[in-house]
Amino acid sequence: MTDNTKNRIYIFKGFERFWHWAQAALIMGMAVTGFEIHGTYALIGFKAAVFWHGTLAWTLIILWIFAIFWHLTTGEWRHYIPTTDKLISVAMFYGYGIFKGEPHPYKPTLLRKHNPLQLLAYLGFKLFMAPLIWVSGILYLYINEWTAWNLGWLDWLGLEIIAPVHVAAAFFLIIFLVGHVYMTTMGHTFFAHIKAMITGWEEHS
Amino acid sequence: MPRPVWKIRKPSLLFPVILALCVLSWSGTTVLASSTTVHEKLEGLAGPFTTGPQVTKACLECHTEASKQVHQTKHWTWSFTNPDTGQELGKKNVINNFCISTVSNTETCASCHVGYGMKDDSFDFSSEENVDCLVCHDTTGTYDKKRLMDGKSLNLKKIAQNVGPTSRETCGTCHFKGGGGKAVKHGDLDPGMVSPDGFVDVHMDADGLNFGCSTCHSTDAHMITGSRYQPLASDHSGIDIPGKTDGTLASCTSCHGDRPMKDEKLNDHTDKIACQTCHIPLFARGDYATKTWWDWSTAGQMDDDGKPFVRLDHNGLEVYNSKKGDFDWQRDVVPTYRWFNGKVDYTLPADTIDPDQIVSINTINGSADDPDSKIWPFKVMRGKQPYDTENRTFAIPHTTGEDGYWKTFDWQEALRKGMAAADIPYSGNYGFVETEMSWPLAHMVAPATEALTCEECHSSDGRMAGIEGVYIPGRDSLDWLDMLGFGLLGLTGAGVGIHGLLRFIFRRKTIAASKGE
Ligand code: HEM
Repeated sequence: MTDNTKNRIYIFKGFERFWHWAQAALIMGMAVTGFEIHGTYALIGFKAAVFWHGTLAWTLIILWIFAIFWHLTTGEWRHYIPTTDKLISVAMFYGYGIFKGEPHPYKPTLLRKHNPLQLLAYLGFKLFMAPLIWVSGILYLYINEWTAWNLGWLDWLGLEIIAPVHVAAAFFLIIFLVGHVYMTTMGHTFFAHIKAMITGWEEHS
Repeated sequence: MPRPVWKIRKPSLLFPVILALCVLSWSGTTVLASSTTVHEKLEGLAGPFTTGPQVTKACLECHTEASKQVHQTKHWTWSFTNPDTGQELGKKNVINNFCISTVSNTETCASCHVGYGMKDDSFDFSSEENVDCLVCHDTTGTYDKKRLMDGKSLNLKKIAQNVGPTSRETCGTCHFKGGGGKAVKHGDLDPGMVSPDGFVDVHMDADGLNFGCSTCHSTDAHMITGSRYQPLASDHSGIDIPGKTDGTLASCTSCHGDRPMKDEKLNDHTDKIACQTCHIPLFARGDYATKTWWDWSTAGQMDDDGKPFVRLDHNGLEVYNSKKGDFDWQRDVVPTYRWFNGKVDYTLPADTIDPDQIVSINTINGSADDPDSKIWPFKVMRGKQPYDTENRTFAIPHTTGEDGYWKTFDWQEALRKGMAAADIPYSGNYGFVETEMSWPLAHMVAPATEALTCEECHSSDGRMAGIEGVYIPGRDSLDWLDMLGFGLLGLTGAGVGIHGLLRFIFRRKTIAASKGE
């Protein structure tokens, strides 16, 4: 859907927007409760942290199942096919051009809504960080069930490995989050990207 | 079914209770005993009795096998060969860091032997009439073994005619006073448990479940389950079902199974953590303090008149006694936690010790990767006791009697006599060595509301601080990972900040450029 009069495109569909914000909230909640479990600080108490971390985890997992389904059935997954096209120029823009007021070298389209650098980061999130936290989290949660689930051969891993893997994945996620939130301010206006993710409409300058 | 216990809690209740009893008897209600025999009606128990063995003989008239059964028990033999380690244990053989050893002091120590007349080695362990039935089966509360030993009068007829099942009171006559005094030894057993409230012990709660000792320490042919020499640290057999399992109830699992809680994540803990660890949050939780330190090395001081003396603290607890040395007492104590698989190695009197270290009298075995091990709570008793500095063995003092240390205050003589009685060589040179002894805790189970909270273990300086071989969320982390993670997070934040700052600084260019566009 494009709206030529206003030079804008409807880039983020309703589900996508819901999925994005729900996921953002969940991950932040999980980070807060997760690092309390980790012992980094005491906020709501260990027991409550475990309860909420577990509850949010299931919510997130369900959300991801829907999201994967949505990506596959709508063909939206194609947005995430990696490309090197314009990768360098985008990187150059963030490192240099932006200070000189150069325009963004990439214009999102309905076929390609992410710039190539952004895309690589998201792909890393979806193919590496998310599965890592997901798999390690589920193994963590069901540590006592490994044998019953015929995962006894994983016993050598133990919580001694699984927990740090989960923590490492959590670090990836929160670092990603910081970078990601900042990058969203680098649209043609400070709030352009965030607005797009709220309303769905990407305005071109 | 336990017999109803009638107790008058407050004087003000006296009148209504008497009134109620009158009404009951007037309405003709009879309360039937749960036993099929009323011993009062038995001719054989009509007496008269002047000695304990006379009573036992009368018991044996009907209970023909009773003494033979008792003869098989540690209560009688005071000895036990651990089938796993081969060690000769039992009261006769082990030493502790309380009164140290029974060897030469048998006569005094035998006030807690289930027999009559054990004085020394020469005791006839095959004698049936010397089994003391009454010390366990008295229900009148008037049986007093010490009085009997001292030849004082006792209404044996009344006691014999009222025998019944064992009770918290009978077991408690010895077990609540282990170590020579009330609550001294175990830390989870004290005289208050004759009639505890639910806070001190949820199961024994006199106004609640009202368990007796034998409710859990199930007994067959006088053989009582729940050994401290060879404890069952992990009961893998689940809830005990008659005919299917071993039929012993002396573990929490016997009744509760291994996943008894509503919260499944809590249940996940039971494979590695003994129930006791969370549900006995402190020891000496009752009205009594327990002894935690006994320093024999300071014994023998005399007061200004050259007489032995006793010093009490502000709670009236003995903190010094010329006969015994210095003591510490504690209440509501945080236990020590260890992996435990039920295997205990004793340092026996003849074993060589290393006096430069704290000698462990009983070494608790177990580890994280042993499927029979769980994390258990212990009372660790510490102190100093005599040892042979040349032979590097413990030195056993003869303490009791006219020629014992408690009368003579002469270590050298006391140790010579003690070691001779134990038949262990003594060099004549003694010193004092620091020791520790671990007592697994299983009693004074608290109500669930008193159980440990998550944070008490899931924190860096929590109760599990000394437990190795297991990853505990909230306690453990890889320092380098945290440093790397938070470091990178910080760097990202800094990078973003600098980038943003640069954008701010160059914003005029940006605006100009976009205007020119
Ligand atoms: C599929 C999603 C997830 C699952 C199933 C999961 C599961 C778990 C489980 C089972 C624990 C152990 C504590 C407990 O039993 O509750 C845990 C701890 C933790 N989680 Fe997650 N989690 C997930 C996602 C996340 C996310 C998104 C973050 C952070 C961004 C996170 C950060 C942490 C941290 C830091 C810990 C503490 C680990 C430790 O110190 O051992 N988790 N998680």
